[in-house]
Amino acid sequence: MFLTSRRKNIIPGFGLTFGYTVLYLSIIVLIPLSAIFISTASLSWQDFWAAVRSPRVLASYRLTFGASLVAALVNAVFGLLTAWVLVRYRLPGKRIFDALVDLPFALPTAVAGITLASVYAPNGWIGRFLEPLGIKVAYTPLGVVVAMIFIGLPFVVRTVQPVLEELEKDVEEAAACLGANRLQTFTRVVFPALFPSLLTGFALAFARGVGEYGSIIFIAGNMPMVSEITPLLIITKLEQYDYAGATAIAAVMLGASFLVLFTVNVIQWWSRQYTER
Amino acid sequence: MQFPGPGKNETTSAGQTHLTEPLAVRLLLITLALGFLSLFLFVPLAAVFAQAFEKGGGAYLAAITDPEALAAVKLTLLAAGISVPLNLVFGVAAAWTIAKFEFPGKSLLVTLIDLPFSISPVISGLIFVLIFGLHGWVGEWLFEHDIEVLFAVPAIVLATVFVTFPFVARELIPLMQSPGKDEEEAALVLGAGGFTTFIRVTLPNIKWGVLYGVILCNARAMGEFGAVSVVSGHIRGLTNTMPLHVEILYNEYNFAAAFAVASLLALLALVTVGLKSLTEWRMREGR
Repeated sequence: MFLTSRRKNIIPGFGLTFGYTVLYLSIIVLIPLSAIFISTASLSWQDFWAAVRSPRVLASYRLTFGASLVAALVNAVFGLLTAWVLVRYRLPGKRIFDALVDLPFALPTAVAGITLASVYAPNGWIGRFLEPLGIKVAYTPLGVVVAMIFIGLPFVVRTVQPVLEELEKDVEEAAACLGANRLQTFTRVVFPALFPSLLTGFALAFARGVGEYGSIIFIAGNMPMVSEITPLLIITKLEQYDYAGATAIAAVMLGASFLVLFTVNVIQWWSRQYTER
Repeated sequence: MQFPGPGKNETTSAGQTHLTEPLAVRLLLITLALGFLSLFLFVPLAAVFAQAFEKGGGAYLAAITDPEALAAVKLTLLAAGISVPLNLVFGVAAAWTIAKFEFPGKSLLVTLIDLPFSISPVISGLIFVLIFGLHGWVGEWLFEHDIEVLFAVPAIVLATVFVTFPFVARELIPLMQSPGKDEEEAALVLGAGGFTTFIRVTLPNIKWGVLYGVILCNARAMGEFGAVSVVSGHIRGLTNTMPLHVEILYNEYNFAAAFAVASLLALLALVTVGLKSLTEWRMREGR
């Protein structure tokens, strides 16, 4: 029945594992997820439009997407730098630093949230040095950016690092032999090779920032119109039993994250074309 | 693609100066990178433990042995204890189907498996409210039959299973794809049964990958906040997981206790990160 490369596949268990995979996927993910779309479809167009375009919701989009963008940009710059230092330089304790880069993946977001809030508060370990400079982080939109930098940190490092490790030294050597200085070698030879992975990491960090909740709500201050993120607004609507409003905003966010997911796939497809050429 | 000799990626040795940056630039880059990591990782991590012990060891012990804290620990262990094995079995089945067989729609299946990763935790919780809430699909039926799902343990477990769904599968799929299926075919031709082939041939190849997936799955299961927060209803001692307990203590300005419970979760994260590096190292050695 299922032919691979013109001969019969003798490996057993296709029916069982395929059936189980599809069944479990449907029960746990697909059917529950369809609830959002079915509930959204049952809203009237006016209700949907009113819910997703009220001034408070629009302000939350601006904050959520704007702060994610800034945080992803910071992570792109410093993530590339961190990957570079971890791959290229000899450094005492490098393995520990390298392992700790994954901490934002492993640390529960609520723990990250209360810690960042206390460290960046005006009397906190870092906040007390920023306060005299007139920089307020905790309970402002800047705090949202800080939390998003934290949770997005591993993405750029972990997408750029393997590409940098696999990069052939010969190319850099050739560039140097042909008279390029180190900066030229980096901008003309190394950076173009890293760029697709950097872009992927950026998009993943951005997507993670847009959906993030736990680490942000403690440091944001959550003032409507100022420092209230969209996921929090969904919860606020739920607590007011405004299920229609919550669902409509959730549908918009889902659309945005699918768009980012699609973009990441396009980038990866494009970079495969680029490297195979 | 391998460079000969040890330290294949280090170019600091003499004689290769044209392949690295001047010392001053190197020091500047290292300082910048470590400064960045300190501001966003190291200082906050140290702060968790410092604040946990701010009021001394006695207060710390009292906070983590409080009955409500213990109930939260128990519920967290229960949610992880159910969702990790479920997603482990799924991960192995999905990886077997995807890595060893060809069928139409395979890449769609891989994309769908990754779906829970690209969904905001809050939305992951919301979908279960839409299904099991009083105005949801089955809410009324559940209410008439006096079955509690939302704002009770079942919804917490379901939300945890949902958010940790892809972890084992996404580790195992590439791992089982890369060696092909020649070894399994050899075993089957020599007369081994399907189950024996899996245990004796496939499993030894993927055991570190399984462990890796389980570690990450478990960390997320125990630490999930957003999704669980939406479906839990925050009933103290009943539907509070450890992260939710941390939130309640923090919002009550009971900071020392909040950080004490948080320090347990931070410790779990450190163990996770350590084990993750160890298995990555073992996987590289095994190759």
